[in-house]
Amino acid sequence: MAAAEVQVRDKASPLKAKSSSDDKLMRLFILVIGAYLVVALAMPLYVMLSKSVLNSDGGFVGLSNYFAYFKTPSLVYSIKNSLFVGLVTTVITVSIAFVLAYGFTRSRMPGKPIFKTIAMIPILVPSLLPGIALIYLFGRQGIINWALFGHEIYGPIGIIISEVFFTLPHALIIIITALSIADARLYEAATALRASSTRIFFTVTLPGVRYGLISAGFVVFTLAVTDFGAPKVIGGDFNVLATDIYKQVIGQQNFEMGAVVSVVLLIPAALAFFVDRLVQKKQIALLSSRAVALEPKPSRRFDNGMLAYALVVSFFILGILGMCQFAALFKFFPYNLSLGLSNYQFDLMDGGGWDSYFNSIEMASYTAVFGTLIVFYGAYLVEKGKGLGVIRGAFQFLAMLPMAVPGLVLGLAYIFFFNMPSNPLNVLYHTMAILVISTITHFYTVSHLTATTALKQMDAQFESVAASLKQPFYRTFLRVTVPVCTPAILDISIYLFVNAMTTVSAVVFLYSPHTTLASVAVLNMDDAGDIAPAAAMGMMIFYTAASVKILHYFLSRGIEAKTQAWRRSIEN
Amino acid sequence: MKKSFYRGGSVIAGALLAMGLATGASAATDLMVYTAVEAEDLKKYAARFNEDHPDININWVRDSTGIVTAKLLAEKANPRADIVWGLAATSLLLMKGEGMLEPYAPAGLDALDPKFRDKSSPPSWTGMDAWVAAICVNTVEADKNNLPMPSSWQDLTKPVYKGHIAMPNPNSSGTGFLDVSSWLQLFGEEGGWAFMDKLHQNIGHYTHSGSKPCKQAARGEVAIGVSFAFRGAKSKASGAPLEVIIPSEGIGWDMEATAIIKGTKNLDAAKTLADWSVSEKANKMYNEGYAVIGIQSLAKPVEHFPNNIPESMIDNDFEWAASNRKRILAEWQKRYDSKSEPKS
Repeated sequence: MAAAEVQVRDKASPLKAKSSSDDKLMRLFILVIGAYLVVALAMPLYVMLSKSVLNSDGGFVGLSNYFAYFKTPSLVYSIKNSLFVGLVTTVITVSIAFVLAYGFTRSRMPGKPIFKTIAMIPILVPSLLPGIALIYLFGRQGIINWALFGHEIYGPIGIIISEVFFTLPHALIIIITALSIADARLYEAATALRASSTRIFFTVTLPGVRYGLISAGFVVFTLAVTDFGAPKVIGGDFNVLATDIYKQVIGQQNFEMGAVVSVVLLIPAALAFFVDRLVQKKQIALLSSRAVALEPKPSRRFDNGMLAYALVVSFFILGILGMCQFAALFKFFPYNLSLGLSNYQFDLMDGGGWDSYFNSIEMASYTAVFGTLIVFYGAYLVEKGKGLGVIRGAFQFLAMLPMAVPGLVLGLAYIFFFNMPSNPLNVLYHTMAILVISTITHFYTVSHLTATTALKQMDAQFESVAASLKQPFYRTFLRVTVPVCTPAILDISIYLFVNAMTTVSAVVFLYSPHTTLASVAVLNMDDAGDIAPAAAMGMMIFYTAASVKILHYFLSRGIEAKTQAWRRSIEN
Repeated sequence: MKKSFYRGGSVIAGALLAMGLATGASAATDLMVYTAVEAEDLKKYAARFNEDHPDININWVRDSTGIVTAKLLAEKANPRADIVWGLAATSLLLMKGEGMLEPYAPAGLDALDPKFRDKSSPPSWTGMDAWVAAICVNTVEADKNNLPMPSSWQDLTKPVYKGHIAMPNPNSSGTGFLDVSSWLQLFGEEGGWAFMDKLHQNIGHYTHSGSKPCKQAARGEVAIGVSFAFRGAKSKASGAPLEVIIPSEGIGWDMEATAIIKGTKNLDAAKTLADWSVSEKANKMYNEGYAVIGIQSLAKPVEHFPNNIPESMIDNDFEWAASNRKRILAEWQKRYDSKSEPKS
């Protein structure tokens, strides 16, 4: 950083007046990236959702589709079912994640890095995979199906267990962050006042993380309600909104009713999102710059208890993953349990064979590179730009929207929008590019938030200093902002890569003969009943994502050593 | 500096565009073929066709019947497929109604069984092979649970099978709709619904795909799967303890069919493929997996397929099924789909 600053000074020419072209250029860039979001998100969504007020011939029919929807009891049940699954998953996941995060941040249990890594595994697998494992474990022929005491795994039980597995890492990240920012001075004061540890927990710890818990709750709820993989694989007859969209669109080709269900599904997700935004604002206000970091004190009983708990959670995660690997290797479950690689002959199955696996890697790489460029630069312009307040506000809103949009809805929206004969962008249809664009858009929100958080940590004085030195903004961006934010940039790229490997719902409508994808192959193979090859391909995705993640770990350590040395010097 | 930054932007844009265009070009005629044919057969189909027409390169877009149909209809404003080779005739009827098909009488049309062609002249689609409903019974699980072997649809309503049957949800699966519409034709409107009321009591769960009940039966996940014969025969051939049963009342069926998409830029190549798809050679190829084919006189018995299929096929009224589809599905949904409330 110091070197960069020196260089900046060297080249500055103090006599040249600061040109307003700098501001103009910046505004232009905001408009360009804003236009990306409008084209890749707002317009397709509008085309799709407007179908909910049209009939099948395209005539305007007002709200009559909605009336028809609410007159169909089975469809309305789905709202209840979705809420039920969402709420139960939220309560279970947040509870599990809270205790685990508590152990990670407030105990001195051994092996924290290993347990943290294990707890992050579910991010690396397609959301169909836990469902498949549950069938092998608890289905009619399940290895331990007695454990359900006669209950059926197909239905809410299966969906909820799958969703807990799938959402656990997301909740964990948020709650660990919330618990890490505790102020040790509060605990000292409480102890000095002789409060019991239970009382301290309820009067200091819980209030301190309440916003984190609420935030985690909303993220889990949104993910559980919009996910379509788990209910499809293991939902049985239990209808939820996400599978209703599938039935309307795929089963009956009723796009208008599919659009109505999409709008209904957007409501809880959007609501959750806005409440979360409000909460986030308060959380920032809570932080004090004088806070002292809390160092957990050793306590044998408590540490061992937390260790035991972490072992149980890890057993659950590794058990599901291991079951999937065995499912892939059994020759013909349950009648021939000898092991072999016959389920890896993907070329004989649905979904494009081994080609699709390599396509997925290609698609994920493009998504990581271009997605990171677009997202980070967009966040930079919103965060550090001046002027165009309304447009920056709109940009911020659009960047938040994808979180609430189910992938199936986005995928269909892309067909309708990008395949319009009048749309000049229709050359993109059936190409790798449209898969990349849809995936970047689908996972825009979390990437954008990561970038924004990193940028917020940077003092605004960098920009003021650069401006007073008459430096164009892009020089500050390239010489200061990017190096400082390298960890966040790497995080965004790995997040995009991993999700591009595992995503199904949006791309299932968009792939072409040359661009079949591994995650879609998992869906198709399971759909055809080829559950073992589906597990095999799912595990291939996991191994790939895991290797890239490991590579990312070493890479970021290397880069951090070079670019982040200043952080250590400040900390010491 | 400023300049190079602009250049950076245009390089990105150029790369995105290049990614888009690079996948397009090739020497021979590229034909975009949408299909729902089982994935394991696709390479064989293309290879056999290329033996006679090496200059036409088939690009498959393969997915389940529902997704292919939804995709074709969603792309209606700007069709991407040149031809459909191997999609349910009921789906093609839907597309014909939307005016999306190019009527064409392929050379050799007369050899086809009259059932295997669109009634209009020239026909909008021609059939390839029939896929017929069947019951897959897992013999190991049936023994374990003391289930007698069913021989008719009505047998399936006996209380002994309670919870042991899976069938596809007609709202998600074409095979499911084929079953429902055939029962309504076999037992009449009232009798059909009465039968399904009783059957519903025995259903363990409904699935989203037509082949899944049989694959689940093959794995013993259920004892009995209402599915189609082709899937049962395939699973049996791969070693599953299955019995494929053709119910005595008769069986519903649909056919895989071929149709040219209106507005294709490769009309000649599409016609070549349409001609080939009704040829003797093609029919013999369909016969390797399917017992009932477009030119039935060529058909040889297929291993693991029951022999009595052709005479068991009902006189399926596709037009009736297509025009009553919405009503039937709504009724089915009202009766059986709304009962699935949280049980735990």
